[in-house]
Amino acid sequence: MKLKQRKFLNNLITYAMVVAAYVICTLLINGGQMSRSLRGQMVPICCWVVMAVSLNLVVGISGELSLGHAGFMSVGAFSGVITSGWLLNSLQMEDATLRLVIAIVAGGILAGIAGVLIGIPVLRLRGDYLAIVTLAFGEIIRNVLNCVYVSVDADGLHMGFLNPSLPGTLLMNGPMGAIGVKKIATFAAGFVLVMLTLVVVLNLSSSRSGRAIMAIRDNRIAAESMGVPVTKYKMMAFVTAAVLAGMAGALYGLNFSTVTSDKFKFDQSINVLVFVVLGGIGSVRGSVIAAALLTVLPELLRAFSEYRMLVYAIVLILVMLATNNPLLKGWLNALREHLPFGRKQKGGEPA
Amino acid sequence: MMSFLSYLVNGISLGSVYAIIALGYTMVYGIAKMLNFAHGDVIMVGAYISFCATQYWGLSPLLSVVVAMLVCTCLGIVIERFAYKPLRQATSLAVLITAIGMSYLLQNAALLIFGANPKVFTSVVSIPSLSLFGGQLLISGEALVTIICNVVIMVGLTLFTAHTKTGKAMRVVSEDRGAAELMGINVNATISLTFAIGSALAAIAGVLMCSTYPTLMPTTGSMPGIKAFTAAVFGGIGSIPGALLGGLLLGVIEIFGRAYISTELGDALVFAVLIIVLLVRPTGLLGKPVREKV
Repeated sequence: MKLKQRKFLNNLITYAMVVAAYVICTLLINGGQMSRSLRGQMVPICCWVVMAVSLNLVVGISGELSLGHAGFMSVGAFSGVITSGWLLNSLQMEDATLRLVIAIVAGGILAGIAGVLIGIPVLRLRGDYLAIVTLAFGEIIRNVLNCVYVSVDADGLHMGFLNPSLPGTLLMNGPMGAIGVKKIATFAAGFVLVMLTLVVVLNLSSSRSGRAIMAIRDNRIAAESMGVPVTKYKMMAFVTAAVLAGMAGALYGLNFSTVTSDKFKFDQSINVLVFVVLGGIGSVRGSVIAAALLTVLPELLRAFSEYRMLVYAIVLILVMLATNNPLLKGWLNALREHLPFGRKQKGGEPA
Repeated sequence: MMSFLSYLVNGISLGSVYAIIALGYTMVYGIAKMLNFAHGDVIMVGAYISFCATQYWGLSPLLSVVVAMLVCTCLGIVIERFAYKPLRQATSLAVLITAIGMSYLLQNAALLIFGANPKVFTSVVSIPSLSLFGGQLLISGEALVTIICNVVIMVGLTLFTAHTKTGKAMRVVSEDRGAAELMGINVNATISLTFAIGSALAAIAGVLMCSTYPTLMPTTGSMPGIKAFTAAVFGGIGSIPGALLGGLLLGVIEIFGRAYISTELGDALVFAVLIIVLLVRPTGLLGKPVREKV
């Protein structure tokens, strides 16, 4: 029973941390003590946190290296933006909050559909081959979205592929992306989305399905011979992550007045992966902290102005070298054993 | 018909560049079992060095290629020594992230040194175009040189790995590192050598690519890098003939796709073909099937 209690406590700390961060940031914003540029980062931070936690579900808990997570984000972003534009222009829905909620749900659903379609072929592959195919799908999504034109008028939505001559106002203009988006994303919505993601991922990973997913990660053949349906559980993790990424994408898209597919390039998938790895693979709390800190870091490095990306790269390499240094690792583990609240990595107590 | 042939030649020429880059990926993957994401940026560095050598230091084009190769070889060895070697025992994901960090580092260093404005690369090739069928089919000197270079490199490398002692050592390390160590092969030196060869090839690829497509920016290397990586996987990662086959096919598919189907969807088409191939042959065209042991 102790293991269960510890897990519960651990999850509680994660939730409490996010709530505390939200309260502090809201107080700072209301007190006018946060700089403009940092205030503008609040919604993106929430989006990247959701992205990192959902990718952790694939990379950490399911153990598949995915390099195309930004592709799902872009599907969510464009479907969210289009849904919001359609509700406003065609159905005259004025309530921004309701529009935001519907747009986020639509983004999640469409990204989920994309996740199913992509997951079926991708999850048959292993290791580096799976990684390169997710990368390929991410690029295909971006390329195809560059050819889609969507417009809206009183009759509803009109779509064209490689064909920009559509009636009404254009919502999505091929390679120019979505233009004239009404910015309706709020920090509160971002907070709710982060909490929702945490609830989904933390509960999934400690459920029966979660244990099945981790069993497949640790030893696929053993799990399969115990009667665990491999494809079903792999798909479950992959599609859940895609839905969450789509929701984050919708929120992200509705936070800017223009959205182009270049914002969701391969580099972004990599960035999210960096959050996951630096936060600690499989650790949800680590992902949250890493995503939030690393999104703010370039802002904080403004003092270095043009050197900041260089500094970021050097920090990234040094952190990887330091955390994988056997000397330092042994020293940290020794320290951990002497601390009363030290985590024990292996063994644990029997449940 | 003539336009078909000219697209084919362009495709083979582009494919040759991909194949040369893919060699670097495939050799490093085979021996060090890591995806060297910074490889694409070594291409960019090579092109910039050659550019500087001809523009500012007044060297002849051929000499500039040699200088670029030397600089990139050193760069490759230094990167391996300081960023990848300490991580030999780490998880592959940790090495991957370090390689990504290295890629950012090279790109941003180039951005600081050369600025974001694209440079116009002057071709290093001075051979006139070849005119066939009474001027109906024109093959540019750049395409010819690229294809010849590719053939020479492939033949040279195949002979090197098959017949020399160092080449054999490389093959042994890629097959079983532990056994190679027991046989007295210096594994670290072999890995360094692989990085050196891969980086020198990347420099050649960079110069050839920029001679054909003359815009040079700090991000020039990233997309060809990804495509060459795709080519390496396409042909079966770890296999030298696979890199050649994958690179050529990828180049031809890309050029034909852009010409006959849609300019916008060229890249999507390349990746779609990759996915289909991997679904039919999960380890690439020439890759060895991996048997699972329980």
